[in-house]
Amino acid sequence: MTITNYLVLAAILFTIGAVGVLVRRNAIVVFMCVELMLNSVNLTLVTFARSTGTVDGQLIAFFVMVVAAAEVVVGLAIIMSVYRTRRSASVDDVNLLKY
Amino acid sequence: MNVLAAAATEGVEIGTGETVVFWVLAPIALAGALGMVLSRNAVHSALWLVNTMLALGVFYVVQEAPFLGAVQIIVYTGAIMILFLFVLMLVGRDTSDSVVETLRGQRIAAIVLGIGFAGLVGAGIAEATRDLPVTGLEAVQGGAGGAADGNVPAIAELLFTRYLLAFEVTSALLITAAVGAMVLAHTEREPGSRPSQKELSRARFLSGEHPQTLPGPGVYARANSIAAPGRLPDGSPSPASFSTGVQPQVVDELPHTGSVGAERDGLAHSGGTDAALGTLGGDTTGPVPGSGEGAPR
Amino acid sequence: METVPASGLIAASWLLVALPLAGAAVLLLGGRRTDRWGHLLATGTVVAAFGIGLACTVQLAGLDERSASVELFTFIRTGNLDVEAGLLFDPLSATFVLLITGVGALIHVYSIGYMAHDPGRRRFFAYLNLFVAAMLLLVLGNSYVALYVGWEGVGLASYLLIAFWYTRPAAATAAKKAFIMNRVGDVGLALAIFIMFAQLGTTSYAGVHGSVGLLAGGTVTAIGLLLLLGACGKSGQFPLQAWLPDAMEGPTPVSALIHAATMVTAGVYLIARSAPVFDSTPTARTVVLVIGAITLMIGAIVGCAYDDIKKVLAYSTVSQIGYMFLAVGLGPVGYAAGIAHLVAHGFFKAGLFLGAGSVMHAMGDRTDMRRFGGLAKKLPVTFVTFGLGYLALIGFPLLSGYWTKDAIIEAAFDRGGTSGWVLGGVAVLGAGLTAFYMTRLMLMTFFGRARWEDGVHPHESPTVMTAPMVVLAVGSVAAGFLLVEAFPLAGWLEPVFGEPEEAAHVVAPLTVSITLFVVMLLGAAAAWLFVGRREVPTTAPARVSPVVRAARNALYADTVNESLFMRPGMWLTRALVWLDNRGVDGVVNGTAAALGGSSSRLGRAQTGFVRSYALGMLGGAVLVAGALVAVTTG
Repeated sequence: MTITNYLVLAAILFTIGAVGVLVRRNAIVVFMCVELMLNSVNLTLVTFARSTGTVDGQLIAFFVMVVAAAEVVVGLAIIMSVYRTRRSASVDDVNLLKY
Repeated sequence: MNVLAAAATEGVEIGTGETVVFWVLAPIALAGALGMVLSRNAVHSALWLVNTMLALGVFYVVQEAPFLGAVQIIVYTGAIMILFLFVLMLVGRDTSDSVVETLRGQRIAAIVLGIGFAGLVGAGIAEATRDLPVTGLEAVQGGAGGAADGNVPAIAELLFTRYLLAFEVTSALLITAAVGAMVLAHTEREPGSRPSQKELSRARFLSGEHPQTLPGPGVYARANSIAAPGRLPDGSPSPASFSTGVQPQVVDELPHTGSVGAERDGLAHSGGTDAALGTLGGDTTGPVPGSGEGAPR
Repeated sequence: METVPASGLIAASWLLVALPLAGAAVLLLGGRRTDRWGHLLATGTVVAAFGIGLACTVQLAGLDERSASVELFTFIRTGNLDVEAGLLFDPLSATFVLLITGVGALIHVYSIGYMAHDPGRRRFFAYLNLFVAAMLLLVLGNSYVALYVGWEGVGLASYLLIAFWYTRPAAATAAKKAFIMNRVGDVGLALAIFIMFAQLGTTSYAGVHGSVGLLAGGTVTAIGLLLLLGACGKSGQFPLQAWLPDAMEGPTPVSALIHAATMVTAGVYLIARSAPVFDSTPTARTVVLVIGAITLMIGAIVGCAYDDIKKVLAYSTVSQIGYMFLAVGLGPVGYAAGIAHLVAHGFFKAGLFLGAGSVMHAMGDRTDMRRFGGLAKKLPVTFVTFGLGYLALIGFPLLSGYWTKDAIIEAAFDRGGTSGWVLGGVAVLGAGLTAFYMTRLMLMTFFGRARWEDGVHPHESPTVMTAPMVVLAVGSVAAGFLLVEAFPLAGWLEPVFGEPEEAAHVVAPLTVSITLFVVMLLGAAAAWLFVGRREVPTTAPARVSPVVRAARNALYADTVNESLFMRPGMWLTRALVWLDNRGVDGVVNGTAAALGGSSSRLGRAQTGFVRSYALGMLGGAVLVAGALVAVTTG
């Protein structure tokens, strides 16, 4: 086994997350799919850190986690206020910017 | 041309333990991801994702990044996913996606593009990294030859030297995120639309009913059940102490001391439990407070 | 004959053009303020012009070299084309000047009375003055360009005057028709001038006539034919004759001045002035002959069938100008005869038209001869002057027409050969028809029982109208004799046309005269037989022979014009309009519509759904990944 395995696994997880963003309608589930994509990138970073023999990859993954946390906080707050206004958590309902 | 391979030196072999771990946990991670995308119930989706994240945490540990693995489990899974669950409980629990897709062709296109993307990227990566050697982090965090001793010192060394600015900026980002969340979740209320504590208290006193808060269920209870009424200071049951929806029932109660408590081998110290409660003139079980029996004190 | 620079009064001959032009300007620019005295000013300018013209002619007669040129200013200077504006005062132009100003002055006086009750009288006189100025420029100019300026000017004045009562649709249409048909001729004249300039580099008479021998035969023929086209347009000759009868919509003084005496003779002037050109091209000259012969027959035939007095006189004009074309087409023998007939015709035709105007004035502006009759006693002066003009026209011995028409027909026979007999015969036949229709006109109008409508009280015209008629009648009687025998025009015009030839007479002049006399009597007798003897019906009979029906329809000239030119023209304009609407506008509007439609269709891609946009993003990412893989592995 080589590190390619990890990388391919990460690619597949990323794709699953991307498809989930396209297919799911619940805003929070969509957000979770985005988190999955971020996690797959973290896996890639850690794998490359190991492969190149430097800790930089781990550090970047660490920053990704921090930023993801901040992002989740703000994103969920937004979803909450959208829910309060429109009584719906479906991404299809925020469709006013249309032709 | 394999740029990465050309620049690398001799690598470390990946051991069988790691191989086993990978081939066990990778399917689990994939299953978690697929489960998250495919389940109808949003809470189930969250739980599947927790599953995947835990698997990834183990991967980090296996790949000589224990600090990151710990952070993954503690912060990512333990905090962020729980936050997700909180909001799901508030907001998204009832709204479940219907099976029918509203946009025409969205699903097909998504699946086709997904397969295409996975194929392209996976094949590309596989092609590019096939001969990539694994250098391993022994040299950096092994502790020998001036290197940091362990993963955390290695990370710390880099974090507070080379990535110091990023660190500071990230801390500012966190503060901003917290403030932003508060701003976003704030609801502006009309002044005077919600009574303050002071007004509530005054209203309670003026109405003359019960100035203090109502007793919760089970206060001064003599039984271990929320179906037992709380008792007012004079021993009478308080009808207001029942929680909504609970039917008052006859329940087993601890015996009163000084009446029939002698034969009970309950608490054999003077006074027993009831000493603390005080006696009230020898009544046994009071009437089960039914509806409308006696005015609540 | 050399042309000398002018001196004395002739050097001021530009006043001849300037005075009437100034009169027109004052009246048009002055507006209603000039209403009270405008007509007098206008008449005054033309009378003054006549005086100056007479004086200049007298001075010219005294010169050794009877051809004087007046340099005025440089009109066009563009390096290649240098056109000097100047006047040429020689016997030919002097003759025309006297005719134009003399007859013009008389008609101005007549118009004072004729238009007395018309609110637009000032405008009428302004246009008349404009016409006189342009016509004088036409005959006085020393180059083809100057002639062209005057040519256009008289065309404009004719248009303005035919449509004087512009609120009448018939008048407006007639003016348009006249102008457009004139335009067709003007194109010919313009092209001829272009060829002159292109080949010879000059457009002055001296330059062109001096170097005409240098041109190739085909070029000269082309110039000649194009000049002839221009002349046909202006003079109403076949095939451009249809506008002249319609031009009778204008007031009668206009018909008298423009469409009898002067403007329609501009074509003859042009051909006469271009004698050196035509002398070099027998082909073109033959065409002139043919045109003249055809036209005189057309005019004569159609004139027999009309009941409108002015239209009969109009067709008579067409026919007589055909005679003039015939004359100038005969070459040097005929120039003088043609000009003489032109001058005589100017007198008697103008007199006839003024008389017709007097009759119309008496009959309440009616022109239908079938409702006239018996006017001889009611309008004595008119009857006498009209009668003298009539006799002059039909060639009654010793009156004008006798001398001038005989000269032409003699020259025609003298041409010799088959063409001489044919042309002479046609001319004689035409004379007979002329006698017929003119006699018919006289009988229907002045003799017979009165067939007046109710409420018509014929009365003689006022003196201001009858005086010019009298003067013209005198001219009708005397002009022919004076011009042909007493002071031969041929000798006077010698500086222009050269020595008059004495050709061998194929037919003796006396024979010609007698033949013509007989033919004239026959025509008059036929008129009396068919028209005078019987009661004239008040409505035109419906069952007539095909010839009469054809003549009533002007020999179908209008029908031919319509189907050959008008219909295809309208079809072309409609096709162009359709093309413009569908094609040009279609392209423009279609582009706009296509843009709008495509933009709205593209806009539907903005569904507002985030997931669709995300799908697009993923698609783009797939494309980029594919490109990367292809580039790195391929």
